[in-house]
Amino acid sequence: MSTATVTSFSNKALTARYGRAIQRDPRWLRAGLIGVALLYLAVLVLLPLVLVFTAALAKGITACWHAITDPAALDAVRLTLFISFASVSMNMVFGVAAAWAITKFQFRAKGLLITLIDLPFSVSPVVSGLIFVLLFGAQGWFGPWLQAHNVRIIFAWPAILLATTFVTFPFVARELIPLMHAQGSDEEQAAITLGASGWQTFRHVTFPNIRWGLIYALILCNARAMGEFGAVSVVSGHVRGQTETIPLHVEALYNEYSSAAAFSVASLLALFAFATLGMKVLTERHLSRNTGNRQFSTDQTFRSLE
Amino acid sequence: MFQRKSKHVLPGFRITMGFTLVYLFLIVIFPLLGLGIKASAIGWARFYEIATSQRVIASLRLSFGASLIAATINVFFGLVVAWVLVRYRFSGKRIIDALVDIPFALPTAVAGIALTTLYSSKGWIGVWLSPLGIKVAYTPLGIIVALSFVSLPLVVRSIQPVLEEFDPEVEEAAALLGAHRGQRFMQVLLPELAPAILTGFALSMARAVGEYGSVVFISGNLPMHTEIAPLLIVTKLEQYDYVGATAIAAIMLLFSFSILLGINLSQHWRRRRLAPALP
Repeated sequence: MSTATVTSFSNKALTARYGRAIQRDPRWLRAGLIGVALLYLAVLVLLPLVLVFTAALAKGITACWHAITDPAALDAVRLTLFISFASVSMNMVFGVAAAWAITKFQFRAKGLLITLIDLPFSVSPVVSGLIFVLLFGAQGWFGPWLQAHNVRIIFAWPAILLATTFVTFPFVARELIPLMHAQGSDEEQAAITLGASGWQTFRHVTFPNIRWGLIYALILCNARAMGEFGAVSVVSGHVRGQTETIPLHVEALYNEYSSAAAFSVASLLALFAFATLGMKVLTERHLSRNTGNRQFSTDQTFRSLE
Repeated sequence: MFQRKSKHVLPGFRITMGFTLVYLFLIVIFPLLGLGIKASAIGWARFYEIATSQRVIASLRLSFGASLIAATINVFFGLVVAWVLVRYRFSGKRIIDALVDIPFALPTAVAGIALTTLYSSKGWIGVWLSPLGIKVAYTPLGIIVALSFVSLPLVVRSIQPVLEEFDPEVEEAAALLGAHRGQRFMQVLLPELAPAILTGFALSMARAVGEYGSVVFISGNLPMHTEIAPLLIVTKLEQYDYVGATAIAAIMLLFSFSILLGINLSQHWRRRRLAPALP
């Protein structure tokens, strides 16, 4: 985090020189620790990533291309794009509304509300799927009614959408709440006093202030929505060409021992993960007060608000 | 319940709060309550019977044990990675920093098949380990590897900001008072980092216990041996044993909510302890 080092340097210009000297480790320790960190990350994170692309090309680039352009794979891509677009949009509207209500007004039980919003993060993906099976499945509460009216939720796209929305529920709200809390509501109050309507105030005052935070949250939310496996796996029914998302299609191919095809489709997701990280780094630069990692510095502010 | 203490100039409280509450209820509260009600309808005797059946106990023990080991491994290496990223300058540091986030960005299923291939007896790493008699894929060891992968960023990103904001003056004072490097780390830095390390550990545990996608491929899924609790839920669902699945899910939910409560309480306690020192 070179930017952070620079800020702390200018903030504490006097002590920085001595501090930096005190924080300088001897060469052997430095080399040793960097070595350990690099080795751990290389074995645990980098190797699997490299393997995905190598295994994808194991049977040649044409085989890889065929696996990706296979009709079932394209159906999976289409379903995944639809599901992630719908769930991210819904969670975005919710996140903005929740952040507005929580940061611009005072009310009791605010901490409880924030804790409840954060809840889905601590639920296992499999349980996140199961709760919808218990509601809408054949033996669930609404199962008989849904069957009588010929409505399919479980083993169809509505359940995939519900499970994905549940899993990605907190992303936008937990990013926007600390951001809007830090910005206060002076500017909005000025706009209202000057005669702007509520929507105008949001559109022209609040939105420009939270734009990069919102984009950042949408990127993370979308990455999780597209990659979700456990929750979707429980509710999807695994019908090829109909209820298979990209991760489920990867699983199906892998279990059929067509490893090269599985890794070809998986490489799509890996490329997408790269794009996500790239965009994340770019938006982090736009967000001011960039102390270390955005997600987890806001994560701490978020929890301190509870 | 949600009353405004003072009248505000800004509009939109009713509509945004109304939407927030309705959406929160429909997507999160209602489904979770549904599970709670289904679980309480099972009845204590039946619940106890399921929870203490050998296969369930074995899966819970495996899930908790493997998560505990993975979280411990990550506390050690996560501290080293955070230290290196905050304290040292070297070329390629930005790339290393981005690499830490890969487990967040890479879908768990992709990580799962990649790790399995890597550690199988013919894989890039497995081929070196199998002559030594070490089997990773399809053993509990493989589960630990997968859980370490998914929870690595949680530990690093919990420690990193605290280490970054640590005031060098404190270390300087310790040095002036005669503390050598090891003492400064053990007695000055570590107590200051302890809450962040603990949070990282707890977040890592919570994530790892529920993890499914990355584990299901590498674990081999042998009942009593390499069957984790989330997988047992899926197995029971596939056998239409909804009661069994609900009971295990309830146990896991109780566990993760108590971790969440623990994290919140410890931070609450820490703020109260620090409060008098703040201006």
